[in-house]
Amino acid sequence: MTIQFNDESFRGEYTFTNSDHAIKRFPFPFHEDSYMYAVNMEQHQGGPEGSIYEKRFDVDEHYVSEMYDRKLVLTEDPLRCQSLPHMVMAGWDLLELIMVSKAEDYPDLFELHRDGANWRWVNKPLSIDQSFVFLDETTLPYGPMEYITRQTQGDFCILDQRNDNLWMDAGMVTTQADWSLDFDIGMNFFEWHAPVPKAHEMGIFIRALKFLLSIQQGTPARRLNWTMTVNPLLDTSPENYHKWGVQKRTLTPENIGQKQYLRVELQTFFRLPRSNALVFPIRCYLINLEDLVSVPKWARRLHRVIRDLPIELATYKGFIDNRPMILDYLAPFDDGQPTSDGVWPD
Amino acid sequence: MIGSTKINVIVSQIKVLNDLVTCFEFKRTNGGLLPTFSGGAHTIVEMQDGSVLRLNPYSIMSDPFDQARYTISVRRDDQGRGGSLFMHTKVKVGDEMVISYPVNLFSLDLRARKHLFIAGGIGITPFLAQIKQLERSNGYWELHYSTRRPSLGTFVDELLKKYPHKVSPYYDECDQRIELTSLLSGQPLGTHIYICGPKGMIDWVRQEATDFGWPDEAIHFEEFLAPLPGKPFQAKLEISDKVINVGELQSLLEAVELAGVEAPYLCRGGACGQCETSVIEYDGKFIHRDHWLTDDEKTSGLKIMPCVSRFEGKKLVLDR
Ligand code: FES
Repeated sequence: MTIQFNDESFRGEYTFTNSDHAIKRFPFPFHEDSYMYAVNMEQHQGGPEGSIYEKRFDVDEHYVSEMYDRKLVLTEDPLRCQSLPHMVMAGWDLLELIMVSKAEDYPDLFELHRDGANWRWVNKPLSIDQSFVFLDETTLPYGPMEYITRQTQGDFCILDQRNDNLWMDAGMVTTQADWSLDFDIGMNFFEWHAPVPKAHEMGIFIRALKFLLSIQQGTPARRLNWTMTVNPLLDTSPENYHKWGVQKRTLTPENIGQKQYLRVELQTFFRLPRSNALVFPIRCYLINLEDLVSVPKWARRLHRVIRDLPIELATYKGFIDNRPMILDYLAPFDDGQPTSDGVWPD
Repeated sequence: MIGSTKINVIVSQIKVLNDLVTCFEFKRTNGGLLPTFSGGAHTIVEMQDGSVLRLNPYSIMSDPFDQARYTISVRRDDQGRGGSLFMHTKVKVGDEMVISYPVNLFSLDLRARKHLFIAGGIGITPFLAQIKQLERSNGYWELHYSTRRPSLGTFVDELLKKYPHKVSPYYDECDQRIELTSLLSGQPLGTHIYICGPKGMIDWVRQEATDFGWPDEAIHFEEFLAPLPGKPFQAKLEISDKVINVGELQSLLEAVELAGVEAPYLCRGGACGQCETSVIEYDGKFIHRDHWLTDDEKTSGLKIMPCVSRFEGKKLVLDR
C-alpha cells in the first residue's frame, strides 16, 4: 500500500504523530499575517498533487487509527451517529459518493465492483470485503451512512434541503470541535449557527446559506476553519468537556511545543444526487507547535495571527487563557521578516 | 457559483407526442453514464441557434435511476423567443448538444406520508420522474392531471395503464375540473402537495390549500418562466466596465454572458434567486417578471433578476 498507516492514539497516552510528509501537506489555514472571520468558499475540484485538496476524500497516515478512535466513541455514545427516518436515501447517496470516489482516487487501497444492484466493496487498510445489495439496508451491518462513515475520516453532517433552508437531519459526529449532533439534530441552518459570536451580522449567514443552497452536482465546494486544541484529541465534544476542558490547564512552557495543537478543519460540501440533500464532511487535521515551527514561514505567521487576534475570537476559539504562553513559545521563531503570500511553505 | 457543470450529449431519439409536444432523449456523447438525479430536477439545454446561444431549462422526465439516458419534453411556443421552436424544427437525431448537470429546485419532501401531485399540461414532466422514483421505494402518491383535450393529454394513457388507481385525468374541453375542495379535505395527515403547470393553476391550488389550513412547508410548486421578448435596451456593467446591448429576443442574462461576464444562475426562469443583481443607477422602468423578488424589492429599483426581467428607459447600471 502506498500509505504507511500509523498505529497511534488520540486519547490516553496520545501517541499521535505527524510524519515529515504529513507536516509538509498540513493545511495551514492562514494565507496572510492576520485572520478575519470569513466564509471564503472555493470549488472543491482537486488541488496540488499530494496536498489534502487533491482527492475528494483525503486518506492519510492517520486513517486506520482515526477509524479505531471513532469505534471507541460510538461504543461509549451511540447517539453520535443519528439519522432521521427520511434520510435513508441520503445515506445511500453518501455511501455511493464515497465508495466511487475512493475506489477511483485510491485504486490500491479501495475497490468497488458493481453488477447492477449487487456491489462488492473492498477496503484493504481496514481489511473489509463486503458484498451487499445497493439500496437494501438488510444486506449491510449498519445503515448506509453509518456503514461508510465508520470507514471515512472526518465528521459528516447530512443536510436535508427544504423550504429554502437546510436541516441537520443526519450525521456521524465523533471528532467535532465543541458542538453536539444530539443537540443540533433536526435544526435548520439558522438554529444550529445561533451560538457563533462576531458573525452575528445576518448578512454573512444569509449569503452563506444562499451559496450552500446553490451547490449542485458536479460542483462541490470547500473552506477551512481552525481552532486550537491541547493534546491531539479528536473528540472535543460538549458531552465530554469535563474530560478535555481540564487538559487546557496542563500546559507548561516546557511541554507546550508538543501538547498545543493547531486544529484545522477542511469543510467540504457535496450535493447528493438521489435525495437532493447536501453532505457536509468536516475533516480534522492536527499539528503541534513543535512540528509547525519546522516550517519557518508558518512559524512567523502563526505568531502574528495569534498575537493580533481579537479577544472575542481567541475566547470563542477557547485559547484566551493560554495565549500568552503560546506567544512566548512562538515569538523566538518570528524574526520580523516579511512572509510570502499564500499558505504554502516557501 | 457559475452555472453548473456541463455534459456533452447526443440526441439519441426524438418522438413527436402530439401537436404541441415533442420528446427528446439524450445520451452521453462518449457513451458513459449520466449522473443520477432526484425526481423534479431540470437540466439546462444549450441551443446554438446561428449566432445566438440560448439556455433553456427543462424538467428531466426519465427514470432518475436510469443513467443511460435523460429525456425531456418540449412544448412548442410560437410566441416565445424561439428556443422551443429551435428544438422542434432544427434539432435532429444524432446532433451533439450541451446540457447541464441536473439541478433540483422542486424535490420531493421525503418526510411526506403521501405525495399529492397536481399537474397542468406540460407541467406533468417533473412528476413523471418523481413517480418513477417513488415507485421504487413504495412511496404513496396520487396524480391529478389536467389538460385541454384528450389529444393533448400526453402520457395519460401510459400512466393510466400502469397506475389505474393513482391517476385521474381531467380535460378542460370536456368541462372536467379538479374537485379541489373534496380532494384537499380528504387527504391523510402528513400529505404534501406539489403543483406544476400554468400560473393560474398554481395560484388557485396554493390559495385553496392555504385557505384549508395546509402549512406552507407542505405546499410545493414549480413555475419556470420563459424569458419573453421585449424592446431592445442597453445596460452598463459597472464592475466589468462594459456596455451591453440586450436584443429583442435575448434575455439580459444572456446578453451579460455574451459579453464574457460571469453571472450566477440556476433556473433561468425567475424562481431560484441565484441571478439576483443589484442596480446601481437607472432612469426608466423595470419590467419585473420573476417570482423571486418581493413586491417592495420590485418597486425599490435596487434589484433585478436578469434571467427573465427587462428594462425600458435611458439608463441602467448594474453591479456586475
Ligand atoms: S436564474 Fe433563477 S431566478 Fe434567475
